[in-house]
Amino acid sequence: MTKTLIKGNHAIVRGALLGGATHFFGYPITPASEIAHGAADLFTRSGRTFLQAESETSAINMIYGAAAAGARVMTASSGPGVSLMLEGISYLAGSELPAVIVDVQRAGPGLGNIWPEQTDYNMCCKGGGHGAFRNIVLAPASGQEMTDFAYKAFDLADKWRMTVIILSDAYIGQMMEPVGFPSEVKHGQRKDWAVYGDAESRENLLTSIIMNQKGLSEFNEKLQAKYRRVEAEIVDWEEIQTEDSDYLLVAFGITSRIAATAVRMLREEGIKVGLFRPRTLWPFPSARLAELGESVKSIGVAELNDGMMADDVDLAVKGKCPVDRFNWFGGYVPSAEELVEKVKEAFNG
Amino acid sequence: MVKHAKPKGFYDQFLRKAPEGGPAAGTTHYCPGCGHGTVHKLIAEAIEDMNIKDRTIFLSPVGCSVFAYYYMDAGNIQCAHGRAPAVGTGASRTREDAIVISYQGDGDLAGIGTAEIIHAANRGENMAVFFVNNAIYGMTGGQLAPTTLLGQTTATTPFGRLEEREGKPIHMAEVVSTLEGPVYVERTTLSDARGVMKTRKAIRKALLNQVEHRGFSFVEILSPCPIGWKMAPVQARSWMKDNLEPVYEVKQFRNIEDKIRKSGRLPEADDAALLDMLVPKMEETALETSILDSEKRIKIAGFGGQGVLSAGTLLANAAIAEGLEATWLPSYGAEMRGGTANASVVLSSLPVGSPVVSSPTALLAMNGPSLDSFESAVVPGGLIVVNSSLVKRKVDRDDVRVIYAPVSAIASEVGFLKGANIVMLALYLFESGAPGIDALKSVLPKLIKKSELVELNLKLIKRAEEFYAAV
Repeated sequence: MTKTLIKGNHAIVRGALLGGATHFFGYPITPASEIAHGAADLFTRSGRTFLQAESETSAINMIYGAAAAGARVMTASSGPGVSLMLEGISYLAGSELPAVIVDVQRAGPGLGNIWPEQTDYNMCCKGGGHGAFRNIVLAPASGQEMTDFAYKAFDLADKWRMTVIILSDAYIGQMMEPVGFPSEVKHGQRKDWAVYGDAESRENLLTSIIMNQKGLSEFNEKLQAKYRRVEAEIVDWEEIQTEDSDYLLVAFGITSRIAATAVRMLREEGIKVGLFRPRTLWPFPSARLAELGESVKSIGVAELNDGMMADDVDLAVKGKCPVDRFNWFGGYVPSAEELVEKVKEAFNG
Repeated sequence: MVKHAKPKGFYDQFLRKAPEGGPAAGTTHYCPGCGHGTVHKLIAEAIEDMNIKDRTIFLSPVGCSVFAYYYMDAGNIQCAHGRAPAVGTGASRTREDAIVISYQGDGDLAGIGTAEIIHAANRGENMAVFFVNNAIYGMTGGQLAPTTLLGQTTATTPFGRLEEREGKPIHMAEVVSTLEGPVYVERTTLSDARGVMKTRKAIRKALLNQVEHRGFSFVEILSPCPIGWKMAPVQARSWMKDNLEPVYEVKQFRNIEDKIRKSGRLPEADDAALLDMLVPKMEETALETSILDSEKRIKIAGFGGQGVLSAGTLLANAAIAEGLEATWLPSYGAEMRGGTANASVVLSSLPVGSPVVSSPTALLAMNGPSLDSFESAVVPGGLIVVNSSLVKRKVDRDDVRVIYAPVSAIASEVGFLKGANIVMLALYLFESGAPGIDALKSVLPKLIKKSELVELNLKLIKRAEEFYAAV
């Protein structure tokens, strides 16, 4: 496959259109705006629909309406915008509507700054809005995965009637890398639950209000059962040199790339380190981590937040081995050398 | 005896309300004397008479009419509080022939959902909005609405609405009619039979506008809430005449009939056209694959406008042409507005780990501030190329290789000052050897559309080569 040097934020628009996206509703925000720019160009030129909403709140509700009417629909934003969308994401879960949201994470809290952080982890992976619900969360670590995850996200969303969040970050979005594109266009199928405004779908209703406790309780049980099936079917991760490792680094997105370099450097010094990189953050690859927790001496979780994923790693390994936490904030992205030092300090301590 | 039957736009039995059937499945959940039942009925009759039942997408709001889908025999979508006009935008942009009806109350439309209604109206979305204004929050228990009258007592204005505290009532039909998007705006009342007949006409008019694809219609309906107002139904209707109607003028604000709303959407590209549009066609290059013993981390820095970002993309593209892995990371966002820019490029024979260049193996400094910023970060044994046309000082380090090259002057001599970045990049390639200068030459015509610009760049590369040979 011939590869093209392209920004992650541009590649994801192409991946989405090839994956069958028909509608994009968005609101600009750095460092995700290029996705809206690309969508405004390519969705429009290809006879799909692009519309800039008046707010992220409106954008997510346009998504709700389009998804209800059968579209393959997406948006892209960053932390402050996704915070505003949480209400709508809860309603999407309540009506079991499929949607794709790209979160190009920036640093917070509040307005923060436009550099990378991974502090939207909890907001995206734990549902985020009100109610007991989950989103499928994919964590790309390259321009290629921005493309590939967008390409498959609409199938996933449709199959499970769930929101799929592609949890990227400012560097994965802003970076240019060689990317190869799929050569086949996917298309959404007619959905038997959607409201198309035609005779066949007239009986359909999309709502999230169920006033009687029994009914809402049963609905929640059904949702939870679905989430257990999703966990069993789509959990995905990558392992680098974990077979013989004494120390296991766990990282996702931009941090996993720094960790990959750190693993190389530490191995050169004779320290047996491996890397575990979740590709799905929800469902989280807990079972495999639990196994690895038995074979390694220690685990270190590197992330640009206060240990949000480390909490999930802790839950997975259940005290079988110590879990070190390497955290950075504020948009600061460490070098591989800094991570190497941290690992050496923790491991040889 | 007159037998009253339900309009055919309603379900025969309200089984979503009362799944077990029986008498409860034959009545609505609304209170005695409430206006919602009347408005529902007028809409349901119109849907049936106009033969648009199959095409209708009915949006239920949050408020007393949250359960409108118990009754309307149409495709139903229930929406978050105030968001129905945005939901309707999404639905109507997906199903352009659908009749989209947004049914909203005063808290929903005039309170929490003002942004959504204003912008949907301003875009002239193809939908009919029926705004039921009863000057109070019904479902949550009789609290202040944005349309509550001055002095009116509610659960949250126990001493009456006070202008100094809550402001004056908001006039949504007037607000909406200041916008150019809507084709039809009217306010009606349910205070008497004549008002009900006018409301019936207005609802049909709004729906006809949908059938005719005219765009956005807005009907505000003054409606009684006897329970919320703590009045008997008959008393509530005279209260409307005496108090509500003097504040909210019952009239038609706009009626444009000669407009057709076009979707503005281009024809849909088929798979072949889409692939053609999205998947760049790059011929494979015949260049030999380079091997790098170690990762090269290059920082290219200068003023905005000196082409440092594009020099970076050219370098990364040249590397890919030789089979190397590459990443390019720009300075971006607000940082770009300070007038300086830099690109970080990492080249490797292995997949690139971190794209961050904190300790460059090479610094290409196009101006003084760039040398000041990054000189100390360069690894020992690394390379610094200084644009000596603009940087007057020398490099302080003695553990790096330095090339002083007047790249701006060289580019000026060729008559293309903007090409200084190419001279700088070419010098780096001559010095590093991988990727080679041929790789740069091979990617130029693919990345630069104008052939005369390619020629100019090749001339700049030649001058760089002459300069490099002389160093």
